[in-house]
Amino acid sequence: MSLSVSISINGEVHAIDLDDPRVTLLDLLRERLALTGAKKGCDRGQCGACTVLVDGRRINSCLMLAASLDGSEVTTIEGLSNGNALHPVQAAFIEHDGFQCGFCTPGQIMSAVGLIAEGHAGDDPERIRELMSGNLCRCGAYKGITEAVLDAQQAQKSGKRKDVA
Amino acid sequence: MNRFDYIQPKSVKEAVAAASTPGSAYLAAGTNLLDLMKIGVSSPARIIDITRLQGLAEISWLPDGGVRIGALVRNSDLAYEARFARTFPSVAEALLSGASAQLRNAATVSGNLMQRTRCAYFQDLASACNRRKPGSGCDARDGENRLHAVLGWSEHCIATHPSDFCVPLVALDAMVEVEGPNGARDIALDALHALPGATPERETTLQPGELILGIRLPARSATYASHTRYLKLRDRTSYAFAVVSAAVALEISGDTIRTARIALGGVAAKPWRARAAEAVLENAAPTPEVFAKAADLALADAVPSGDNAFKITLARNIVARALTLAYDGTPKDMPALPASPFSPTLGLSHAG
Repeated sequence: MSLSVSISINGEVHAIDLDDPRVTLLDLLRERLALTGAKKGCDRGQCGACTVLVDGRRINSCLMLAASLDGSEVTTIEGLSNGNALHPVQAAFIEHDGFQCGFCTPGQIMSAVGLIAEGHAGDDPERIRELMSGNLCRCGAYKGITEAVLDAQQAQKSGKRKDVA
Repeated sequence: MNRFDYIQPKSVKEAVAAASTPGSAYLAAGTNLLDLMKIGVSSPARIIDITRLQGLAEISWLPDGGVRIGALVRNSDLAYEARFARTFPSVAEALLSGASAQLRNAATVSGNLMQRTRCAYFQDLASACNRRKPGSGCDARDGENRLHAVLGWSEHCIATHPSDFCVPLVALDAMVEVEGPNGARDIALDALHALPGATPERETTLQPGELILGIRLPARSATYASHTRYLKLRDRTSYAFAVVSAAVALEISGDTIRTARIALGGVAAKPWRARAAEAVLENAAPTPEVFAKAADLALADAVPSGDNAFKITLARNIVARALTLAYDGTPKDMPALPASPFSPTLGLSHAG
């Protein structure tokens, strides 16, 4: 069987023929579209390394069938920066050492972008930690991650776009 | 994951007709079903993707003050809907204490009701599990079972239902609207999940092909808004299933409790309504003694199913604590750590 879906990914519409309905969004991104920023950690929705935005909401791309996503808009880590100008969340992760090995980082950053857009954390680090709990970091960079999210949220509020060049 | 036929019906009628073929399964967000398919625990031949059905993702307020939650409303959308969170705060708190932000953004309310147990032996194809494979036995009985059931279990199955959301829902008399090959009907949520008995593979009372269309909370349950809590003990404070949990709701008049609603989570194969405990609180003065008595009654029939006698004590304590906090009043703002007994609103910080 063949399923045709049209999915906008980082602003570009892709017409995709799926020869197998089992393809997850994560596998579509990584294996078909060579967008390897989203990582396959657990592949079971437990680690958050595959987090992307679908229609502006952060979700686990490993637990979503591509076949279900006809007409959706997907944003991945590759779609965040504006040319060489990093997204404020990307810049804040660098500034605050929000990672060590970097494997979980694309998921952390996409989750943080989603968290800030949701607007439920305020400037409370406890709420940031709670709402970031779906992203595991085996290096334990949580302190820097929390600071980066707080700082990026502040930066986005004040409208400045940091460039780390 | 097995290969399957993928069907995207255009209407509820089409969905129900498609699902009447044996081997079919409804797919909503898939946060549980796809996971189980990846590990081979579920292997449906046909997937009926209901996510594109129109009209099932609305939160509708009923003329009498009750609410109808469409089957495809996402967990996070319900928890953060201002009027819903104000009217049914313990339901919102339960939702936000479950899973992760990503999963709550995807997972639907009907999927939450239909999620399967997280018993490790159910998920491990090499283990005996009567729920997964009837008649094969139950390796949990002599296995790692500290998190298993203490109420309503049988020698055939000691698994628990993992939902947080269902616990305040069952306390607040939620009704489930379903449609199936033989028409539409309503089921009390309390009657949706089955206890294992000799047939643990029959997890719900839904008939083949029946589809959940929505969940209703009656207006009567909104009268508890000012005195209701959900508390959940976990092995870690976030992104973990309950060891035990309790949803309580009190109707207070002056210095007296008029009525009470109590349900427990993490203790049985279904969200566990504790009616005898509710009865002892009716028209009682809210004292530590009566809260302790209610907690004792809630666990009166509890029996360890393995290395989990500690859960009975924990559950008793969490009921008493939830009653005390509910009497103090529903918090004005959602706690930073929803449902946590270690919430900083109680003067204890979780992390420095």
